[in-house]
Amino acid sequence: MGESAPRKDAPAKVTGRAQFVDDLTLPEMLYGVTVRSTVARGRIQRIRFDPAFEWDECVIVRAEDIPGRNVVPLIADDQPCLAGQVVNHAEEPVLLIAHEDRHMAESARRRVKVEYERLPGVYSIDAALRADAGAPFKSYTVAKGNVEEGFRRAKWVVEGEYETGAQEQLYIEPQGVLAVASPREGVTVWGSMQCPYYVQRALAAVFGLPEEMIRVVQCETGGGFGGKEEYPSMIAAHAALLAWKSRRPVKIIYDRAEDIAATTKRHPSRTRHRTGVAPDGTLTAMEIDFTLDGGAYCTLSPVVLSRGTIHAGGPYRCDNVRISSRAVATNHPPHGAFRGFGAPQSIFAMERHMDRIAKTIGMDPAELRRRNFLRQGDTTATGQVIRERVELPALLERALAESRWEEKRRTFAVTNGNGNVRRGMGIAAFMHGAGFTGSGERHLRSQVAVEATAEGKARVLASSCEMGQGSKTVLCQIAAEALGTKLEDVEIAQPDTAEVPDSGPTVASRTSMVVGKLVESAARDLRRTLDQSGLLEGRTFSEACRELVKRRGGFKSWSRYQPPPGQWWDDDRYSGDAYGTYSWAVQVAEVAVDLVTYETSVTAFVSAQEVGRVLNPALAEGQVEGGVAQGIGLALYEKVVYDKGRVVNSQMTNYIMPAPGDLPPIRSIFLETPYEFGPGGAKGLGELPIDGPAPAILNAVEDATGAAVARIPMTPEDLLDALERTHE
Amino acid sequence: MRANVSRYDLRAPDGLTEALHLVSNGWKPLAGGTDLMVLLEAGKLAERRLAGLWKLDELRGIEVGDETITLGALTIFAELRHSPVVGLNLPLLASAAAEIGGVANQNRATLGGNLANASPAADAAPALLVYDAELEIVSLEGTRRVPYHQFHRGYKEMDLRAGELIARIHLPNGRGRWQGCWRKVATRAAQAITKVSLAAAARVEEGRIAEIRIAYGAVAPYPLRCHRMEAALRGAALPAQLPPFDELAPIDDFRSTARYRLKVARNLMETFLASLA
Repeated sequence: MGESAPRKDAPAKVTGRAQFVDDLTLPEMLYGVTVRSTVARGRIQRIRFDPAFEWDECVIVRAEDIPGRNVVPLIADDQPCLAGQVVNHAEEPVLLIAHEDRHMAESARRRVKVEYERLPGVYSIDAALRADAGAPFKSYTVAKGNVEEGFRRAKWVVEGEYETGAQEQLYIEPQGVLAVASPREGVTVWGSMQCPYYVQRALAAVFGLPEEMIRVVQCETGGGFGGKEEYPSMIAAHAALLAWKSRRPVKIIYDRAEDIAATTKRHPSRTRHRTGVAPDGTLTAMEIDFTLDGGAYCTLSPVVLSRGTIHAGGPYRCDNVRISSRAVATNHPPHGAFRGFGAPQSIFAMERHMDRIAKTIGMDPAELRRRNFLRQGDTTATGQVIRERVELPALLERALAESRWEEKRRTFAVTNGNGNVRRGMGIAAFMHGAGFTGSGERHLRSQVAVEATAEGKARVLASSCEMGQGSKTVLCQIAAEALGTKLEDVEIAQPDTAEVPDSGPTVASRTSMVVGKLVESAARDLRRTLDQSGLLEGRTFSEACRELVKRRGGFKSWSRYQPPPGQWWDDDRYSGDAYGTYSWAVQVAEVAVDLVTYETSVTAFVSAQEVGRVLNPALAEGQVEGGVAQGIGLALYEKVVYDKGRVVNSQMTNYIMPAPGDLPPIRSIFLETPYEFGPGGAKGLGELPIDGPAPAILNAVEDATGAAVARIPMTPEDLLDALERTHE
Repeated sequence: MRANVSRYDLRAPDGLTEALHLVSNGWKPLAGGTDLMVLLEAGKLAERRLAGLWKLDELRGIEVGDETITLGALTIFAELRHSPVVGLNLPLLASAAAEIGGVANQNRATLGGNLANASPAADAAPALLVYDAELEIVSLEGTRRVPYHQFHRGYKEMDLRAGELIARIHLPNGRGRWQGCWRKVATRAAQAITKVSLAAAARVEEGRIAEIRIAYGAVAPYPLRCHRMEAALRGAALPAQLPPFDELAPIDDFRSTARYRLKVARNLMETFLASLA
């Protein structure tokens, strides 16, 4: 651990041996396609099949063909697998078609016409909040101290409203699944996914089968970013339903346009802040109102909302806090998991608001943050006592020094008077809770095994999925260190519910920290067994493993999640230890704004973070660079354009992600304070770096131009409008 | 791939005459394919018979004469980008070629294809308008020439009849000495479709604009040569006042807004005029 070990998955990927789901074919396989709603809300009147088409060659599945429950089970079980009488969002699956020729399957899809009685839809947070629009999916209240008292002590009360847009995950490999299914054999699916056991549970409900008759295999996965957390359950059910009816293997692969139009995106949000500030700049009261657009079905909105709510107050100490939040229903396609999971939305608001406060009271934005950082022993909004040392002041100093904050701000103050380019600097400071929220990890009860193999290796068994982030490598590094052997002696199984235990979903920055800890503990147990049996005497590690398998007929050591001692959480009052621990970061963006074209380019970026011990520096830097790049996309480029609930820019030529020419040099600085309950002292990292770029960049734009933009993405068109408002 | 490629016919003739026979029988010309392949992938390419032009070497190449430079319609952007002759004499075209698509597009996309696709945002178009290009159009009936600024007539409407192909583009030699600018404003730094672009060139004599050509991309239904703007500026003393912008008719779409396009078009002109002074 601590070394930039080469990636375990690299040789197969570089040489093309790695098998993605679209590389798989089975004899007699059919190709499946999905007929989707063309309206955002309506009642299905009639489904017409073009009589000129050979429908005999197709297999067609409708809602009534579902053997079990017509539901994609998750939190509320409100989302059907196939629409019945009504559709609640555009691109909602209505029926499924399979054909042995993939082009004919597509032709068939185009020859089905679904007629609707259109019903009025809800397409904005404001519309959803109107009294007649129905109850929200979920709401929370977090309260601490006495907000009214806090406002009485304030010299200033600063208010602000902030909005964030939807964002597409844009994994490089679109969603896809291959399925075989029959009442006798059960259901087996191979697919691109993050959470094999979520898919297993979903299929068990859809087919009315026990979970042991459902086998889910994760293929090599070309990126996930949360987009393959819940949606693979839907596409897996579709492929399996077609396979069930046709008695033939069925593969469904989305193309980019279908994937962007139909699958989940980051929840759009609106946050209102009202903050009391004392004469010395300390925060006396924070009142935060946070709303997410959940889309048409509940999916993961309650937990996305939960994380967004808990992170809404930022890494600041304040005795009087009230946070109210809700996820509302609209007729957009359901929004879902995306790296950060609600936190980038509420942190955008908090960190833009900190700059607004700094401007209002005439204090340097770095100094305002420094004065308000949480310290060891402080309590967060949920009443969690921060037990570890908080490195925020050190992170801030490092980020300011590396970005040459003072010097550049002085220089830009002079140079911004000339020419058509305005330069500026912006900060964001934040924390990110690692692992599931509240009692989530306790409910998951994740399990991992490490086995000795007949070939003389130690083999990690976990359902955690490699999707490009490097989990295979890091989990093997952890096991190798615990086993006291070299990395080459350790391998890791491809997740397959028939073979690996449920180590939980590959989400929430939990894999290295939570699953890694279980790997460490199971590997130590195997090592103890080898030591105690004396097998390592006079033998290499590999020989000892072989011998162990020979003597015992195989050997697996298991470990199951145990919460760190003293951790408490109250689900009803929403208070307590929201997370086992937090990672901390300060980011600084430097921007150049072109006043001819209103384009903002990020010219330099520093990300300083404390994530416990760094397990693999090359992979950790990769996570930071990728998260910052995705955060730049969220801030300046990536805009989902809806027309009455339908995504109209579903191609990569019109949904614009930043490319290398749009990205600055990104400097990563890691401060390492080992975390007692993480493997080798590690904490979570995956989501943290996407939390800060958007507010840091918009803060820098305001520093450069004076334009205070409160909504992302901020396109050049938006900045033009804002500049004109500023100069009026 | 949403199109069923087995339902398409592609023929790739070796000679121009055969290609013209196909085209005159309604086959859709396919040059580099960088626009048509996008439609094919999306299942939106309506024409089922495609005449591949890639083998027609007689439509390639850069010829330099004393008075004119002739570019074959199948000349790819990579060649325009790297050709010293183009860089020296047609610098705005060389700059546009360097910014169109990515390297893979530049290796495949052709100058003639960029014009015949008739996108208002076509990146080669403004430079050709500034250089007073003339198109040589061939058909089985013979050859005719059209000044490029008369070629586009409306959105995707052009002076190109059934059975005709653009064969060559003729440009005047010697414009390299004019002061010019090419500015592409797109949705990101590279590999992006233009939101507004400006090509302009002027000859300045004794503090006055003696000659000027101005063309914009993506602010009208087709690439726009701005005659009224030129007339207002011809003979003007430097620093020149901004000319009228009433020829521009930008629209709102999901790439940008009319307001932004018009404002940036003015800013680009202001920057260009300031560079002349």
